Amino acid sequence: MTDMTLPFAPVEETGHGSYLDEGHTLVSWLATTDHKRIGILYALSITVFFFIAGIAIGLVRLELIEPNGMFLTNDAYDRLFTLHGILMVWFFLVPSIPATMGNFLLPLMIGARDVAFPRLNLISWYLFVFAGGFVAYMLISGGADTGWTFYPPFSTDYANGHVIAAAAGVFVAGFSSIATGVNFITTTHMLRAPGMTWFRLPLFVWAIYAVSLVMVLATPVLAMSLLLIIAERAFGLPVFDAARGGDPVLFQHLFWFYSHPAVYIMILPAMGVVSEVFACFARRQVFGYSFMVYALLAIAVIGFMVWGHHMFVAGQSQLATLVFSFLTFIVAVPSAIKVFNWTATLYQGQISFEAPMLYSLGFLGLFTIGGLTGLYLASGPIDIQVHDTYFVIAHFHYIMVGASVSAFMAGIHYWWPKVTGRMYHEFWAQFAAITMFLGFNMTFMPQFLMGWEGMMRRYHHYPPVFQIWHVFSSAGAAILAVAYLMPLVYLSWSLKAGARAGNNPWQATGLEWQTTSPPPKRNFTRQPPVSSAPYMYHETGQPRSSDDRRPIRPHGEAQ
Amino acid sequence: MNLGQFITAASPYARRVDETFWILNGLSATIVILLVALIVTFMFRYRRGSPAPRRELPELRKHEIEIGWTVATFFLFMFMFWWAGVELLNASSPPKHALEIHVVAKQWMFRFQQPSGAREINEVHVPVDTPVRMVMTSEDVIHDLFIPALRIKKDILPDRYTYLWFTADKTGVFHLTCAQFCGTNHSLMAGQMDIVSKQDYVRWTTAQPQGDDLAHQGDKLFHTVGCSGCHDSKGSTIHAPDLHNLYGHLVQLSDGRTVLADEAYLRDKILLPTRTLPAGYAPDMPSFRGVVTEAQIVALIAYLKSLSAGAGRQGAEP
Repeated sequence: MTDMTLPFAPVEETGHGSYLDEGHTLVSWLATTDHKRIGILYALSITVFFFIAGIAIGLVRLELIEPNGMFLTNDAYDRLFTLHGILMVWFFLVPSIPATMGNFLLPLMIGARDVAFPRLNLISWYLFVFAGGFVAYMLISGGADTGWTFYPPFSTDYANGHVIAAAAGVFVAGFSSIATGVNFITTTHMLRAPGMTWFRLPLFVWAIYAVSLVMVLATPVLAMSLLLIIAERAFGLPVFDAARGGDPVLFQHLFWFYSHPAVYIMILPAMGVVSEVFACFARRQVFGYSFMVYALLAIAVIGFMVWGHHMFVAGQSQLATLVFSFLTFIVAVPSAIKVFNWTATLYQGQISFEAPMLYSLGFLGLFTIGGLTGLYLASGPIDIQVHDTYFVIAHFHYIMVGASVSAFMAGIHYWWPKVTGRMYHEFWAQFAAITMFLGFNMTFMPQFLMGWEGMMRRYHHYPPVFQIWHVFSSAGAAILAVAYLMPLVYLSWSLKAGARAGNNPWQATGLEWQTTSPPPKRNFTRQPPVSSAPYMYHETGQPRSSDDRRPIRPHGEAQ
Repeated sequence: MNLGQFITAASPYARRVDETFWILNGLSATIVILLVALIVTFMFRYRRGSPAPRRELPELRKHEIEIGWTVATFFLFMFMFWWAGVELLNASSPPKHALEIHVVAKQWMFRFQQPSGAREINEVHVPVDTPVRMVMTSEDVIHDLFIPALRIKKDILPDRYTYLWFTADKTGVFHLTCAQFCGTNHSLMAGQMDIVSKQDYVRWTTAQPQGDDLAHQGDKLFHTVGCSGCHDSKGSTIHAPDLHNLYGHLVQLSDGRTVLADEAYLRDKILLPTRTLPAGYAPDMPSFRGVVTEAQIVALIAYLKSLSAGAGRQGAEP
């Protein structure tokens, strides 16, 4: 293991400034192999994709105010929601936390100088941008109209959009995902600081590790299935064409074998982020650390076995439906346990409500609702009623947007001083966090109602009886849009005018806080030995009796 | 169009689904209220600097709590699984001798065909208090027939039959719609189901333009398309199986397997005759793909069914 350890900076280099001062040219960024800079490159690119996808769905929500639409044709409508889905899933949510915060923080948290394969890390970003190029081509040339799910035979024989460009973009983005996953797995195995045993890893590292396993194992299946779609559409290879002996349902199995675990790719890192934040702002050890670790791993493993619950109405056998229903209930157990543990972490804490904490509390509420409605979808008869309705839309947005994006914002604010050395504006951040929570619920709560009543997803024209709910939902979306734009403004502003943060503004225990903010290029001047469990905000068995700024016991001893 | 067309529970099954839904709602609401109460209490009581006393729990007790709520959650979820699973199984096999309605979906319409031969587009009449079984296939992409008031939906696949059944017990006009994204006019692929009294159904059926019923149409096709050239038990010189009493019976295949001769099997024999081969016959039959339409296949199968009138109807679902 030791031969993998990368050299640390010699002591005389420590007078140097942060990684941000290691060159200010464009080339110094585009040719960097520094995990921190790559994390920022990812953050900037996914922000662009997030807002393009946001504009697409903004137009859709505006259009849906009227039952028969206002300004879009049916085809334009289909293309907009397809663009929204493809960009949000593969170009924002999948890389969101792992590729930005994972990249930036994983080496810092385990006391390493960089990831195990720094150049592969840079290549993964270029692959991601290259994949974005395919999608940009698809967008400029008129878009695709299959939905993000690419179901044949519609996608192979009937769709009239640029399906091949879209599928190729997602195909390439998959390789970026795999490269990142391989890198993180290796880094976690090989580059932990002395004394950083597996059960001393922060939960964020565990989450990134679990998600990397899922990425490496599931993404190849997506690549296969999309390649087959491309082959069938471009060259007529009869894999899914039933008329020539193929099977369209086979694609659904392959697709969901990736895409259900993909939901866990989007939520596991979010669980990691809020575990850090709850511990820090409640000044508590995470309740049931080892159970949290096992729950993460259990979700990652069982998540591979539940894909069939997407096909309860696709004509699969009753037996298959029962088995997948059972497994879906099982995968909900570790998720529930995590919710209980976060709640219990607050017990006897010294809780303060800075923006990261507000976002994390928002996560907890939205994840609970998203998780519980998942049980509805695991129940066969209920799923048959709400399959492909707005109920499903609301459910997965609660998990993937409500919960994941809240956690993403929690992480951005929590580590902002670490990344930039500056503090964001606390009042605006708290205001944005609360607005986001309210706007989100206003957007998606009505969708549960109309979904149960029979409002179908992907409908441009809809029965006027549902108009009232659509108007509510669109109004909520407008509030949500404001809440998403606010951080863009005050965070940019803080880069110039924010107060200097100091090295550890939150008095947090994590190794990443034991170095300077922003960290030097090589992270630590010497590899920090680790001698205790994470989250030592108080001695085990002794709660913090007051909110004094008594020094916490850091996770390791850097510098 | 009113909301009742969607949310009325028009069958006993639909009401049981609603019951399950409300049980889930009750459980979820309880869990949410408990959690929110706990979180809000902790937020106030243990806010930074509050005077509330803080006494740490012993490690052992923490373990007990952890195991306690894991087990409790597991059993609660298993109860929900059991409840929903039973519901699903109860609804899995249609009663025998259900009224059979054939559905052919294509971009962007549903064609319904009654046993009497009457055809409707985006509208279907069914009698109340009568088991109805829909036999569905698609001519192009995957569609899905969804009838919210009956709480049922099922994908309609190209080159395959899927089934949907129900016994409505309320008359009225209800919404039906396509649930699987199928292209440009997906959201316009909708219509209505008229659930009428049995007398009205008979009256409606007799008022339709009189033609042959499905089985007779199939009989004619059987001769015009050329099936009878080989499959006619009298007079044919070609060694081809007799099709009397085929439907609903087991067929011995040349590779040793036995399969049930259901709609899907008959359809496959017409379009992909070499996929399976009955024992004792040569693979002589040509494919009729492109020769017969989906609607004609429906008629041919109806005719073959009439040849084995005594046969017990098999369940729609495996």
